[in-house]
Amino acid sequence: MSKAHNSVPDHAEAAAKFLQDQERANWHDKALWFNRQKRDVSANLIPDWELLRETASQIKDNVLANLDEYLVQFEQNALQNGIHVHWAADAAEHNEIVLQIIQEHGVGKLVKSKSMLTEECHLNEFLATQGIDIIDTDLGERIVQLAKEPPSHIVLPSIHKRKEEVGELFHQHLGTEKGASDPAYLTEAARVHLREKFLTADIAITGVNFAIAETGGFVVCTNEGNADMGVHLAKVHIACMGIEKIIPKAEHLGVFLRLLARSATGQPITTYSSHFHRPRAGQEMHLVLVDNGRSAHLGRKDFYNSLKCIRCGACINTCPVYRRSGGHSYHYAISGPIGAILAPNRDMREYADLPFASTLCGSCSNVCPVKIDIHNQLYQWRQVLAAEDYVPKTKKDGIQVMAKVLSSPTLYRVAGKSGRLMMRLLPGLANNKALNPWARQREMPQPPKETFRDWYKKNRPKDE
Amino acid sequence: MKVGLFIPCYIDQFYPQVAVATLQLLEKFGLDVEYPMQQTCCGQPMANSGFGAASAGCDTLFVQNFAAYDYIVAPSGSCVLHIKEHLHVDKDPEAVSHIRNRIYELCEFLTDVVQVKELVANFPHKVGFHIGCHGQRGLHLAQMSELVAPDFSKPGYLLGLVQGIELIELSRKDECCGFGGTFCVSEAAVSAKMGQDRVQDHVEHGAEYITGTDTSCLMHLEGILRRQKRPVKVVHIAEILNGQYE
Amino acid sequence: MSSREKILQQVKANKPPMSPLPTQTTFASIPPEERLTAFIKSNENAGGIVCLVPDVAIIGNYLKVNFTSPERILNTVQGVGFGLEADAPITDGRAFGNLEIAVVESLLGVAENGAAWVTEDNLPTRVLPFICEHLALVIHADNIVGTMHEAYAALNVAATGYGTFIAGPSRTADIEQSLVIGAHGPKRMHVFIVQPF
Repeated sequence: MSKAHNSVPDHAEAAAKFLQDQERANWHDKALWFNRQKRDVSANLIPDWELLRETASQIKDNVLANLDEYLVQFEQNALQNGIHVHWAADAAEHNEIVLQIIQEHGVGKLVKSKSMLTEECHLNEFLATQGIDIIDTDLGERIVQLAKEPPSHIVLPSIHKRKEEVGELFHQHLGTEKGASDPAYLTEAARVHLREKFLTADIAITGVNFAIAETGGFVVCTNEGNADMGVHLAKVHIACMGIEKIIPKAEHLGVFLRLLARSATGQPITTYSSHFHRPRAGQEMHLVLVDNGRSAHLGRKDFYNSLKCIRCGACINTCPVYRRSGGHSYHYAISGPIGAILAPNRDMREYADLPFASTLCGSCSNVCPVKIDIHNQLYQWRQVLAAEDYVPKTKKDGIQVMAKVLSSPTLYRVAGKSGRLMMRLLPGLANNKALNPWARQREMPQPPKETFRDWYKKNRPKDE
Repeated sequence: MKVGLFIPCYIDQFYPQVAVATLQLLEKFGLDVEYPMQQTCCGQPMANSGFGAASAGCDTLFVQNFAAYDYIVAPSGSCVLHIKEHLHVDKDPEAVSHIRNRIYELCEFLTDVVQVKELVANFPHKVGFHIGCHGQRGLHLAQMSELVAPDFSKPGYLLGLVQGIELIELSRKDECCGFGGTFCVSEAAVSAKMGQDRVQDHVEHGAEYITGTDTSCLMHLEGILRRQKRPVKVVHIAEILNGQYE
Repeated sequence: MSSREKILQQVKANKPPMSPLPTQTTFASIPPEERLTAFIKSNENAGGIVCLVPDVAIIGNYLKVNFTSPERILNTVQGVGFGLEADAPITDGRAFGNLEIAVVESLLGVAENGAAWVTEDNLPTRVLPFICEHLALVIHADNIVGTMHEAYAALNVAATGYGTFIAGPSRTADIEQSLVIGAHGPKRMHVFIVQPF
């Protein structure tokens, strides 16, 4: 009995829908490819770029191999620095910890800068059920928050939205002029709108890019300055991080900060790279260390190294499938190739479609600044999902028939004689042209008058 | 030196001219080339769909067909990469490792083993070269645009030996065409869109022909070209290098 | 068992085999004589306006010419001589909600990316370089290093409770990837590089 989901969101279906708006799809593809090109230009300015990637990869390997020790070392130093350290086994506990801190301070007003971890834990939705509003302050995050949508990209949350749509959203929520869509005008409106939120916020939540075991501090990178604006004005700073974000030493930041922004947007560094070691006078600083499946993931031999990810988004920008299917088609907090190998660690059934949303072209692995073998893991996940029976039965049956034919020279030749062998064998291909997914936008190959084998027998006769 | 010619199933069935060109080309260099008659498929369609275990029959058959050759050569980067990375037969690890080490994609065999310095071939056309991802990023037939590393291209070197050919520049020199094995039907919409964009890049740069190292990519691009009724044709690199393309 | 113990226990049980830290930690840099030029170029690419000055007092003159009201300028660098001076720490950064210019010293610049290191030791309050409309950084040419590796070798990041690399005015490209300078932080940034003639 197949354990495959019958009614979940399916990448292929969502992608087909995304592609119906060709103009938007073309724009999306070009915008992300432009980012990939900026990344290339920037990487090529560093002669030892590949050595830098290799070094980053080795540091991260070392982190994962000693993660328990680094976590303890980090905690000890952070406590000495006056940071409150919390441990959350899962998303629910993370949300409860944050809620408790908020309640201890009489709720008040909250701002949050970008944190994929809080997206993963669905913190905003949870706090909403408690009647607590939280304002996302990264412009892209604020746009999707107003649109009541999840981000579609980890670095460019609203990359799926056109400026006219943002204009309409801002007209409704921020009172900008109807029909106005100039990005500079809309950004200024968001600046004014969010400036007031910063000045009145009591609690600021941020993510964490890197946490340093040796010093007990952490680094948060932004271009907008929203994380800093939030935390420096609020009485309480809550930083949330996955346990894999630890690095051993401060000197390793040199490696990672050189790679992060260049891989993400092609900038040599983000505008702000802020290092927090102690709360400012009168401020309270909390740090929540979140497991949420990571410690189990660490034990999966073929998959643990995806925990090296520094969330730069380079694999997403370069992915030819992502660019043409949009982030929401991945139905997970992290989209694109890296999301497709992280998500099944969380739930194989729910995300069984994602490792198949790839041609295995391998571009993702080549741009990855920490050298995660993303495309190999996509392949490997497919094996696991098939073995665990999370692949639809029709597909499985088709493959079994194909395997039988292809492992028998006789059956192969017989089937070949009836023409269009491969086309018939490919699962999901119907004889009916209208239902044949190949033929919707492509002609079928024309069968030649003889196979190569037939030709060879005639032209290179040998005793058999 | 005995060379076993491995012809992927879809080439055998749909593009025999590619196999003929490959054979003739290898023979021109005085090589003793043989096509083992009981071969079928490398097993990749099953494995890439998650059913690596279901390709055990193909693996056994492959070893039976090819273990005896000094080299195994195929006009397909993708199938060669699959054998190199995934061929597995429990009871015959020696034969498996021999095959994995001795299997070559046609172009790399010509540049690295035969060390071809000249070719008798003329192809006076504007040609776009689409490199298959598995050949490029898996077998390193050419430098990858993502890396900060010196440029090279084995197929590009060989095409440079052809008279009259004019290779066009593409805007995205190594973007995937979207074939992707069973991806081409399981994600038909994205696959077709990728193919259309790949075709567009060639058309915009004035290609009369699209050539490549993988017939699977070319079959997909040809399907799109024909649907769009474009005059651009696809031709496998073996056909150009063999110099007898009609 | 607490979550802390549960997590640590599972991490310990599941962690992959030992893998040493890399030993190769030197990378290509920018030669000392090219650093100033490289820093200027990187910072300008990031949207900064760079001025070379022979001494700090010239900065005051520059500000006087370009900005008329000294009461909207907060100057934290000795010797600039124009604008209000902060002589004590300020606990509530909201006081600066309407500030036009902040003049702040940076103790280290990085040539490869135009970033300048600013710590709370040089600030009356952490929010200052973010809340102002216009940030003016002052840095000595001798304090420009080649790469981030050299920057971290020279710094002790834990010596201060808060420090940040700033590379240009705040920016966003979240609407259709159109670059807009001036997101939540400053809309403009000057870098005055002090290099005695």
